[in-house]
Amino acid sequence: MKKTIVLLLAVAVFLFGSNAFAFDPIPEDELQVGFVYVGPVGDGGWSYMHDLSRQAVEEAYPGITTSYVESVEEGPDAVRVMETFVRQGFQLIFATSFGFMDQVIEVAEQNPDVVFMHCSGYRTAENVGVYFGRMYQARYLSGLVAGSMTETNTIGFVAAHPIPEVIRGINAFTRGVRAVNPDAVVRVIWLYSWFDPGKESEATMALVDAGADVIAMHADSGAAPLAAEEAGVYVVGYNNDMSGYAPTRHLTAPIWDWGVVTTRVVGQVIEGTWQSENIWWGMDAGIVDLAPFGDMVPEEVRTLVEEERSRIVNGEWDVFWGPVADQDGNIRVAEGKRMSDEELLSFSWYVQGVEGEIPSN
Amino acid sequence: MSVRIRVERRLTQPVWIEAFIPLFSIVMALVTGSIFLAVLGAPPLQAYNAMFRASMGDWLGIRDTLVKAIPLMTAGVGVTLAFKMSVWNIGATGQIIIGALATTAAVRYVYVDNRFVMFWLMFLAAVLAGGGWAAMAGYLKARWNVNEIITTLMLNYIALQLLYYFVYGPWRDPASLGFPMTTPFPPAARLPFLGTGRIHLGLIIALVLGVIFWLVFRFTRWGYEIRVMGESPRTARFAGMDYVKNVVLVMFLSGAIAGIAGMGEVAGLTGRLQHGFTAEYGYTAIIVAWLARLHPLTVILVAFLIGALHVGGEVLQIVMRLPLASTQMLQGLILFFILGGEFFRRYRIRFHTGEKE
Repeated sequence: MKKTIVLLLAVAVFLFGSNAFAFDPIPEDELQVGFVYVGPVGDGGWSYMHDLSRQAVEEAYPGITTSYVESVEEGPDAVRVMETFVRQGFQLIFATSFGFMDQVIEVAEQNPDVVFMHCSGYRTAENVGVYFGRMYQARYLSGLVAGSMTETNTIGFVAAHPIPEVIRGINAFTRGVRAVNPDAVVRVIWLYSWFDPGKESEATMALVDAGADVIAMHADSGAAPLAAEEAGVYVVGYNNDMSGYAPTRHLTAPIWDWGVVTTRVVGQVIEGTWQSENIWWGMDAGIVDLAPFGDMVPEEVRTLVEEERSRIVNGEWDVFWGPVADQDGNIRVAEGKRMSDEELLSFSWYVQGVEGEIPSN
Repeated sequence: MSVRIRVERRLTQPVWIEAFIPLFSIVMALVTGSIFLAVLGAPPLQAYNAMFRASMGDWLGIRDTLVKAIPLMTAGVGVTLAFKMSVWNIGATGQIIIGALATTAAVRYVYVDNRFVMFWLMFLAAVLAGGGWAAMAGYLKARWNVNEIITTLMLNYIALQLLYYFVYGPWRDPASLGFPMTTPFPPAARLPFLGTGRIHLGLIIALVLGVIFWLVFRFTRWGYEIRVMGESPRTARFAGMDYVKNVVLVMFLSGAIAGIAGMGEVAGLTGRLQHGFTAEYGYTAIIVAWLARLHPLTVILVAFLIGALHVGGEVLQIVMRLPLASTQMLQGLILFFILGGEFFRRYRIRFHTGEKE
């Protein structure tokens, strides 16, 4: 796996370094931008936030045309959808789920004049850029809140797929929890789905039954907050401010603002200055942040989060700077060391404080 | 004077009605749909035109529709077979998954670098696994009269969990950075493509299966027996037909064909097994079978139309900027009207005018 990553990085460096490929400027009123969503645009979470970034583009560049296809399965369907966009004359396509990766590359190879931006993947090409944000930073902050609020010292985590992105988020959250509450543990239930409101709420109830009094989540809908509100436990949302789903129980939520990326990319494509790049921005760029606190979050917790937030934004510290211990207490990242981006992108072990096992290799 | 309306069963079904009613139903669905489209601010004719052009208007559209239709055709023929015998196999979804798993297992464990040999290995694996999976439910029904609707449905969930186990666990591609999918199949394990597009050998297999089972039901004694057992198990028993044996056999064949559909998806289309592997075809295949009135050749045609609806629906989103729900509504309307039209195929409505007696 290391070898593959090194190879990919080498390819990326080669591409960025070469500057050989340039795209012609496209007048604003001729540009058509397509978005491919993995879930329904009304999921109130992941795809909804991507759709807000589409609307941000329309607002920033009123002359352009945008369009989207929702609920596209990760697989051959995605190829067809992107090809249809291309056939309809779209010159820029945002594919907004990890599982579209191979399909983006396939369609991009056959359509070198079209610019593709793939969210959360790692494969780039001359006409394929990738973008993502360091959500783990905001997750860490939300963990500080959750760790301060739990009384049973058991926190539930409803998680989509056991892949590095989600594992990284659970770990960052747990680091936050343990920073304020070394006795607390985080229990995880895997959904094996990005969007399945039924399973999301069932998992929430199961965690509550197991003693969790705070629920956190990495899934695409607002079903977990809704179930938490009903069960009377605190909840940390995800993707966007989910206090609408849990008006009296919503502590905060790590949230996305993809518009930072989409408006920039669209601007570059209009000017003809776009080049393939690998965007992995942090909280300082505004791509990730924390939703407003619920009324129940006490002042001292807010102050603590604010302090930690400015340390991260100023670059004084980051979530996975050592020491980092794994579940068994072994130090995996020594004091003074930092996890590299490659290590973060292939995270496959739990930090201390997470209960259970990662479904397996 | 009063008018009385009376519903009467048709004693005979004239030929013109067989063709006219489905067509009329589709037209009525489109007319009704156009009201919704107009309300949503999309000019209906323009919308239908875009749908038609994208799904059947040119070679690329037809190709996309066929690709979508291949698993529907195959699995549709499979469930048709079971339904003919009034054995309600709801488990095509699970059988497709098991077929895909067996195909992947063949590629991983008995790989031979020869396209011809590898095809038959995968084919055999998919047939045995898909068939065996379904035959379990068949055996439970034959031996203890366990309701096959329940067992086949529940086996779907077991199959899904097995899929998750393998793609997240032992078969996960180490280079995928943890994403749940297997390594890509080597070229010898890919089904040949027909022409330049991504239509694969699965299309030919589907067509052949459709023709074979049409012939079987039309001309063979066994096909006749299956139909009799489906329509009247008691008659069949008096005639000395072996219901128990045939339930298991029919379920095996039905599952085996669904398994072949699974093989086509992984070895033909995606070239790897992955989490997003769509087996929802298994449920749509049931609709296809019923819309085709359990006729194996009509299944092929209906599957193509359902594929076209799906492909055309996406264009509505892109070109007309309509939400997914509106295209699903159109699809629903068409199904609703076609099934509703069935009523008029079987019954006639008579208006009686005259004094009340």
